[in-house]
Amino acid sequence: MRLTDEEQAMLAGAHGEALGRALEFQLAVGRFYGAERMVPIGNAHMMGDIEVMGDAGLEHLERLRASGARVRVDISTNARCFDFAWSERLGQDAAEAAKEKRVIGALRAMDVTTTDTCINYQTVYQPHFGEHLAWGDTGTVIWANSVCGARSNFEGGPSAMAAAMTGRTPEYGFHLDRCRRGTFVVEVDAPLADVADWGALGKLVGERHQSYWQVPVFTGLQHTPQADDLKHLGCSLASYGSMAMYHMVGVTPEAPTLAAALGGKRARERVRITAADIEAVYAGYRNADASCNFVVFSGPQLSLWELKRLAQLFDGRRVHPGTTVFVTTSSALAAQARALGLAGVLEKAGVTLLEGVCVYILQNLTQMRARNGWTNMISNSAKIVNTITAHRFNTILRRTADCVEIACSGKFR
Amino acid sequence: MSAVVIRIERGWGPVAEGEAIVSAEGFSPRYDLDRWSGVITKPGHALEGTSIRDRILFFPTAKGGIAAGWAFHDIRHKGIGPKALCFGITNPVMVQGAVFAGITITEGWSQDPQTWLRSGDRVRVDPGAGTITLLDRA
Repeated sequence: MRLTDEEQAMLAGAHGEALGRALEFQLAVGRFYGAERMVPIGNAHMMGDIEVMGDAGLEHLERLRASGARVRVDISTNARCFDFAWSERLGQDAAEAAKEKRVIGALRAMDVTTTDTCINYQTVYQPHFGEHLAWGDTGTVIWANSVCGARSNFEGGPSAMAAAMTGRTPEYGFHLDRCRRGTFVVEVDAPLADVADWGALGKLVGERHQSYWQVPVFTGLQHTPQADDLKHLGCSLASYGSMAMYHMVGVTPEAPTLAAALGGKRARERVRITAADIEAVYAGYRNADASCNFVVFSGPQLSLWELKRLAQLFDGRRVHPGTTVFVTTSSALAAQARALGLAGVLEKAGVTLLEGVCVYILQNLTQMRARNGWTNMISNSAKIVNTITAHRFNTILRRTADCVEIACSGKFR
Repeated sequence: MSAVVIRIERGWGPVAEGEAIVSAEGFSPRYDLDRWSGVITKPGHALEGTSIRDRILFFPTAKGGIAAGWAFHDIRHKGIGPKALCFGITNPVMVQGAVFAGITITEGWSQDPQTWLRSGDRVRVDPGAGTITLLDRA
């Protein structure tokens, strides 16, 4: 790789050993993909919670902190595995909660901004067209590439942290024009009236084309999508298909026309998704034991508009006795939802509003599931229906209003 | 037995030798794996119930997921990590995670492992030479 004088100096340890090692790590990844150079980034976003990093990850961060490492580019954090106000009531481990606090302390000491949200693009930082980023989780990356026309690969926690320290990332993958062109066309012939429908579309397309390098181009949409529709589509494509970018003709910035989205090339394939295909997704879930006592609105965290819609649906109703309903959002949006009275409506109905977390990464979730007798997990998020399965839930995707009905009636529908 | 040697497209890490696990399904350490036991626990996964500890894993694709960035480092330090990860098509987080953890990783193959390799066979992965070699049949 071609390195600048500044990068050569970093590598030689002129700015400290930690920075040299961070760049060395990035160069190894860059060389794997044949990157020719590093590119400066405008912003970074990292996953950094004790559930995913374990004791070894915490030790790594504390070593970095002790070495005097600091970030030189703004970096925010993704959802974490504890809402400390709830951890005791949820039966989470106090020792692990203490470690999560050490993670937060180490990150803050290195000037990482611990926002604890997976919807930074809706709440914290809106990248501009062509801006290079080092973001993760996957939902943030696919949003940046697709909706903003910014440029990021999937960056894991240590990798995003290294990028924030060095201020750059290797130029491969979605930083390059050639990887951003559409590879196949999806003609959508379905109304897609709920965020779950958009997630179902992402599941259908992602599962059949599982590859980081596939870029679907959506055409034929019956109405202009809203931000939360695109959020659920992107999170689902990334989750089921490991995809980092899509185009939507007439909607996303690199797709003014189908030809532009395909970059002058022919599509390798055309697929058509109908309303019947979307219905078949819902019909495909089995109800494992008739219990409907765990309903989740999470993964991704809810926007203010999703919270508002949910509060309207729960207003004046009560969650069925014995049923748990989790809603997650960022602490900033939770505060706003409280000020607006939305949180009060949800909590009066018996909903648990968790801040700064996502349900599928909650510490101790497998034990929590067993302790509470949760077999099925019902959600309007296609992403969490996929991601929570290692905890041995039977998962069921339903539209938002159906999830609320199930939560309040205790009956499957 | 005549030696089987296939070419890989790209790789990183030291030479690794060990028992192969061949999957028809993709992999995510967060969706599919119990990261406390090293056993694949996702209900219905092609390798459900299989331990990845000290094995050389062959997956056609990567699923998800940012978690791999930390997860391989975590499971390696818990003593339940694999010796190497061989993907048909992977994603950058798998590569970042493997490099961070010091676990050998490769992408691409001249012959699909489903056609020449079975779980339990012993293989050698040599990223420097760009090869995977079948050493012994199970």
